[in-house]
Amino acid sequence: MALGGAGTEGRVAVRDLVKRFGPVAAVDGVSLDVAAGEFVALLGPSGSGKTTILMAIAGFEFPTSGRVEIGGEDVTWAPPNKRNLGMVFQRYTLFPHMSVVENIAFPLKMRGIGRAEREAKAQAALATVRLEGYGARRPSQLSGGQQQRVALARAIVYRPRVLLMDEPLSALDKNLREEMQLEIKHLQQRIGVTVVFVTHDQTEAMTMADRVAVLDRGRLQQVGAPRDLYEAPATPFVAGFIGETNFLPGRAKAAAVAGAPVAVALDGGGEAVATAVGAVPAGVAVRVAVRPERVALSPPSADTLPGTIAEAIYAGVATTCIADIGGDRRLRARIAAGTGLVQWEPGARVGVGWRAEDARAFAAAP
Amino acid sequence: MTRPPRGGGPGRLLLHAVAYAVVVFLLLPTILVAPMSVSPEKYLQFPPAGFSLRWYAAYFADREWIEATLFSAQAGLIAAVGATVVGTMAALALVRGRVRGRMVVELLVVGPVVVPHIALAVAMFLVFEQLRLTGTLLGFAMAHIVLALPFAIFTVLAALYRFDADLEMAALSCGAGRLRTFWHVTLPMILPGVASAGLFAFIISFDEAVVSFFISDLDRKTLPRKMFEDIDFDVSPVLAAVATMLSLLTIAVLVLGHFFRQMADRRAAPVAEAGGR
Repeated sequence: MALGGAGTEGRVAVRDLVKRFGPVAAVDGVSLDVAAGEFVALLGPSGSGKTTILMAIAGFEFPTSGRVEIGGEDVTWAPPNKRNLGMVFQRYTLFPHMSVVENIAFPLKMRGIGRAEREAKAQAALATVRLEGYGARRPSQLSGGQQQRVALARAIVYRPRVLLMDEPLSALDKNLREEMQLEIKHLQQRIGVTVVFVTHDQTEAMTMADRVAVLDRGRLQQVGAPRDLYEAPATPFVAGFIGETNFLPGRAKAAAVAGAPVAVALDGGGEAVATAVGAVPAGVAVRVAVRPERVALSPPSADTLPGTIAEAIYAGVATTCIADIGGDRRLRARIAAGTGLVQWEPGARVGVGWRAEDARAFAAAP
Repeated sequence: MTRPPRGGGPGRLLLHAVAYAVVVFLLLPTILVAPMSVSPEKYLQFPPAGFSLRWYAAYFADREWIEATLFSAQAGLIAAVGATVVGTMAALALVRGRVRGRMVVELLVVGPVVVPHIALAVAMFLVFEQLRLTGTLLGFAMAHIVLALPFAIFTVLAALYRFDADLEMAALSCGAGRLRTFWHVTLPMILPGVASAGLFAFIISFDEAVVSFFISDLDRKTLPRKMFEDIDFDVSPVLAAVATMLSLLTIAVLVLGHFFRQMADRRAAPVAEAGGR
């Protein structure tokens, strides 16, 4: 297939998008640029506004204010059928009264393409999603995964510049979902279409997307490659939503500029180091965030936090130790299997610590 | 309770007896008419003295009966098409549209059902008289559309509520406009409901008597009106024959309607949602 999203055709831009439902702002001033051929996931919990943004791009929701551009063209008020986008919905939404191949040919029919060409293109799209020979069946005769593949074929058969997907895999079981994640990713790379993909599943977003846009309560928290989001979360929300994070409240002992190490006096006793995410004034309240796999357990020493192992949960690939560090604070430490590190038993006295670059200090919102 | 409430106490037996008695009482007159219609005698008689189809033959031979029947059929067809088209559009507007005062509209829709037919008949007579619509096919069709509309709207509404609206979004995203989305996706899916709306509209029009009584004139009259006249002049077994045929027609339509409803249920059956392959 041709590179549908090459050049500027497949560019998607959302500018200062606001969508209010009564007094509630479902989307509260979101701007986002998606390059042609890029795969961007909108990730967030339910109510974060991710689906509303997708529906504004699709033309099923009109924003309260702000703009939507596709291929550099303002389409904010264009009806959905004039946007030439492909869309895959959460539920498969195949037309039950049409055969599989009629479903796939439907968008071509709407574009006035002749019967023979329709048939040929629909069969080709069916082959693209590895369902040759299923064309004559009814949607109800297919499994969930097959139906979603047909929906995908229907969305790409006319080579749209942009493909929108609204939690398309959430109805599938886990194994099939993981298989389809890679399949969709590979298909996207092969045909070069721009994809905007909505999901609440961080693993899915990280697996599939070039960049992930994390949303919370209608606001964009951070946009970045999966690695950046995990390694350098910009907000406590991102740190907590993507992967697992220990949070410890405290106060900065000295001022630090963004990216510099800062010493933090923890509430409840003890001291820790972390990298300041923004500029941190001296004495301000901060939250220290540290990933379980970056927490080191060692025999007690002067420059570690004293603690006791409360629980050790063995899960094959790793063991998660929950260390009680006093003051009603518990920290998770993950020890990967096969690393030769000490496997701590419950009740053991330990020292808990980490390097400054492995923890992040967020100045608490004033 | 320690056991499921089932089996027959005396109260339950009595309840069943009463229920069946009511059913028999309701059906008996209709059932009695059929044997009376095949009696060879010149007057209505039960039990019939023999078996003869002469009154059926008399019906088909009588120009007036046939004219009244054809007139009713024409009015019924126009009313069916009219009520179905308007009813489908109204139901769509109520479900999909952003209608101001939707509650009020939904209440008003029931109007022709709850307003006494005789009041409606007088009102229509007064208006139609002014517009010179009494005794015209158009007049009958319009009156019957009004009477059948609530049933048509509710039948189509039920079909629309069962229909998955996301399919319309899918069609729009495929590049179909609103009209083509309706034609290619919505209408095929709700077609059984629309068809049964049409059937019931036809039946409502075909055996409607009260309004027809008022807006008929001497030449153009519907079948029920003609039956009323016959009862006044001479009570011949032709009436029983016509009544029997009307009942059979209604039963046929009900069976057909039931068939459509089953089809509608099958269409609305959700496509398999399970994972796995």
